[in-house]
Amino acid sequence: MSRIFTWIRSHLVVLAGVLALAYLVLPNLVVLAFSFNKPQGKFNYEWSEFSTDAWTNPCGVADMCQSLSLSLQVAVLATIGATVLGTMVAFALARYRFRGRGATSAMIFLPMAMPEVVMAASLGTLFLNMRIPFGFVTILIAHIMFCLSFVVTAVKARVMSMDPRLEQAAQDLYATPVQTFLRVTLPLAAPGIAAGALLSFALSFDDFIITQFNSGPTTVTFPMFVWGASQRGIPVQVNVIGTAMFIAAVALTVGGQWLGNRRKAVA
Amino acid sequence: MTDQLRDSAAGGDVRLTGIGKTYGAFTAVHPLDLTVPQGSFFALLGASGCGKTTTLRMIAGLEEPTSGTVVIGGQDVTALPPYRRPVNTVFQSYALFPHLDIFENVAFGLRRRGRKDVKKQVEDMLELVELGQFARRKPHQLSGGQQQRVAVARALINHPQVLLLDEPLGALDLKLRRQMQLELKRIQTEVGITFVHVTHDQEEAMTMADTIAVMNGGRVEQLGAPADLYENPASTFVANFLGQSNLITAQVTGAEGTDLLLSAGGVRLAVPKARCATGAKEIYLGVRPEKITIAHASAEVAGNRNRLGGTVVDSSFIGVSTQYVVRTDAGQEVAVFEQNMERDARIVPGAPVVLHWNPAHSFGMDAAQAIDAGTGEAAA
Repeated sequence: MSRIFTWIRSHLVVLAGVLALAYLVLPNLVVLAFSFNKPQGKFNYEWSEFSTDAWTNPCGVADMCQSLSLSLQVAVLATIGATVLGTMVAFALARYRFRGRGATSAMIFLPMAMPEVVMAASLGTLFLNMRIPFGFVTILIAHIMFCLSFVVTAVKARVMSMDPRLEQAAQDLYATPVQTFLRVTLPLAAPGIAAGALLSFALSFDDFIITQFNSGPTTVTFPMFVWGASQRGIPVQVNVIGTAMFIAAVALTVGGQWLGNRRKAVA
Repeated sequence: MTDQLRDSAAGGDVRLTGIGKTYGAFTAVHPLDLTVPQGSFFALLGASGCGKTTTLRMIAGLEEPTSGTVVIGGQDVTALPPYRRPVNTVFQSYALFPHLDIFENVAFGLRRRGRKDVKKQVEDMLELVELGQFARRKPHQLSGGQQQRVAVARALINHPQVLLLDEPLGALDLKLRRQMQLELKRIQTEVGITFVHVTHDQEEAMTMADTIAVMNGGRVEQLGAPADLYENPASTFVANFLGQSNLITAQVTGAEGTDLLLSAGGVRLAVPKARCATGAKEIYLGVRPEKITIAHASAEVAGNRNRLGGTVVDSSFIGVSTQYVVRTDAGQEVAVFEQNMERDARIVPGAPVVLHWNPAHSFGMDAAQAIDAGTGEAAA
């Protein structure tokens, strides 16, 4: 009896970990399983028969791949825009004392704290009043805006923890300010910048509410397509895209970890 | 390699003229003049906050002086940014680039100046500091002493006219510190570059430097060779900060030959005129603890020696010597270090003793200054 207790006690953490993982991954596994289904009727909720049709013909559904391509374009551009702007804001906030610094710091947090639907509606009103036609540009502006907060937060934390003596050492070793930034500052801040960029991509790709309020009639992103399709029955191909994204994300994370570990081990 | 370094060291004088630094209302360094001769090992010694690091950083260009000029090897560099000055710094806690391996850390300065053939030079430099096999390691995989040597190699490879060292041994344990002191001294002698070394460790400064500037409160208190500072301190701060001193308040009563005659609570003492720069009537008579001989009160003492009666308060045996604290008849506590050669078993706490020393081993200074300056117990 006591041996059982000892066993439980020593394996409790592992058990909790496995359960938490299962809780997180189970929905994805269901999506994966149903990407191989051949549904009877419109709805892909009940298992009927194994088929690779959706995987061999992922763009077989009208308009779906256009929406996917639009979402990827928006996500890439929003990530680049938010990462460049956010990194600069983060350096300014971490390194310099200037008028309005406190206010900027507080405002940066706002998009993370505010209900998305409020932000979406106010942005929509703003664009309408400024007579900017809804479309690709308005979506991009909105996405860069809310991604910015995450980049600033990630990069700022990294910059604050950097030893200022490293940059002084670089200058002492004949590096001009530009060389110091490129050779020392930027490589040291890179993990924070990468984290911010990854977050931006994920957030932008998957955003529905803000996009819904600020898109035009011809700009239907992938989340909007899925929402529209769900009224009539979600095609199996959506599961294929979902699964592909999941695998890509896992591969990226595991790959990053592996690379990090290897670098540590080799170096 | 070392010949090359020696050639580049020509004209490495550092001349500071009226250089000072204030931060708002706080004066970190009062305008001071200092000349570090080419090829010397120069130490800036002082407690934390005395302005020694600020002075070093002004030479490096990392701090902009409020006043004055910095001239290195005849060239006025006051207006030059750090990356255009012919100096390199070994930083406190080393500041090695964590994202670069040891090889690239050492090659950094050469690459920034557009040198292409860095491989041979870097390898030679790593050999000099005995880290050849660690070239592809990252800094965090090295021990403190190894990192310290990388920091020195990274600076020296650039053949600076002056090498600046900002408490480079502060993070090392005692044994390693002693070892690195000798190592740094050896490298300095070998390459002949001017070293300016900042430290709060008086023993470290005395072991390594040819010349020491003792700093206190943003000013240079005294400048000189280690032995000179130790034997002839110019102020109570220097007397207490550099080693340990017994300072006895005394009145000048007259002169006899080359000596000044003093009276300390009725006891007659003497100090050489040459070692008492002040003309004051009341002075401190200083004597180092190891210069004093301790004897039982009943012992015979030659007549020409300074002599103080007292009682042993405390004695601690520390191996090579025994340290006594003696309360004199006038009520002052005096420290005495006695070699453990012929110990008198009667000298134990409570025993009456007589302290005596050669008057030539005393020094005198104006009593119009804090007696406990530089002891660490003083307020500032």
